[in-house]
Amino acid sequence: MAGIIIFLCLITFPIWYNVTGGKAEYVPDLKIVTQEKQCVESKGYMRNNHMQLLNEWRNTVVREGNRVYVASDGRKYDMSLSRTCLKCHVNKADFCDKCHNYVEVAPTCFNCHVVPEEKKS
Amino acid sequence: MKTDRRGFLKIGGLGILGFAARPLVDVLLRGDLVEASPAPDTLAGKRWAMAVNVSKCKEGCRDCIVACHSVHNVPDLGNPKDEVKWIWTESYKKIFPEQEQEFDARGGKPVVVLCNHCDNPPCVRVCPTKATFKRSDGIVMMDYHRCIGCRFCMAACPYGSRSLNWRDPRPFIKKINPEFPTRTRGVVEKCDFCVERLAKGLIPACVEACKEKALVFGNLKESGAEIREILRANHTIRRRPWLGTGPQIYYIV
Repeated sequence: MAGIIIFLCLITFPIWYNVTGGKAEYVPDLKIVTQEKQCVESKGYMRNNHMQLLNEWRNTVVREGNRVYVASDGRKYDMSLSRTCLKCHVNKADFCDKCHNYVEVAPTCFNCHVVPEEKKS
Repeated sequence: MKTDRRGFLKIGGLGILGFAARPLVDVLLRGDLVEASPAPDTLAGKRWAMAVNVSKCKEGCRDCIVACHSVHNVPDLGNPKDEVKWIWTESYKKIFPEQEQEFDARGGKPVVVLCNHCDNPPCVRVCPTKATFKRSDGIVMMDYHRCIGCRFCMAACPYGSRSLNWRDPRPFIKKINPEFPTRTRGVVEKCDFCVERLAKGLIPACVEACKEKALVFGNLKESGAEIREILRANHTIRRRPWLGTGPQIYYIV
């Protein structure tokens, strides 16, 4: 019995060590330096679903030739990663990359899509 | 209850008819479905094509090639094996085989060639991922996101209009145009008739760059279009039409 408890303590060590040390609550500190007050959709929606949204934009633009996105509040946007997203989020390194590195995902968008010159902020 | 043969068949027939009820209801209710409204600048009712007036084309001029390749971030890898090309020149006798003859002065003359945006494109038929597809306005387009670099399309295209990126093209692009993506290693690319410019109401970059007005671009479905007038008034030839691909680049030689 004691052996099982010691085993459980040891195996869950990384979890409670990080929880008590406050590391589990770490969230990447993203800098939002946009001029616009609001993104194409709400902040929560974008945080959770920007990948699906971008995939949808990609398919609509490339395959259907439709370049206008009508947001849920009726505003219209040019469906473009470089011209719409990155025009506002000019700091790719402090915005996209920071979070992508933290969650360890490597989207291949920028293998082809060109990042506009970043302004030093 | 006693059922005779006749009664059984009647009931059976009516029962089978019941199966038709659901599809019938579906068909009748279809009127209520919301049809997706077509985009404002719909692609239907268009058929883009180009005419190349070879006699107007000035020898040694590379304006169209330079314009296209700089707009579309086409790399210059510096050797013919790795070459990536959207618009380039070939000798007359090579692009019009069986039309050449020994004393034709045009035999060695370079002629501008690009993707023919075929009516019946073999590259589209062979693409296993549907990365290459034909839009309803006739443009044969690449979805680079889906290309797996299998090069079936390169084998299928009888015009050599497609190039594979054997290596990362980025370091070989002199000046990257931020408005257009580059490609990545292992992706096939080709002329896209400047879909991104057409979407903005501009004509293709090569046509715009040609000072001699040797390239004419237009919509074949528009009755008053310049291209229609040119095709009506001139004798034009196309590259290897007997293959049944229906090429849409017309040459006035």
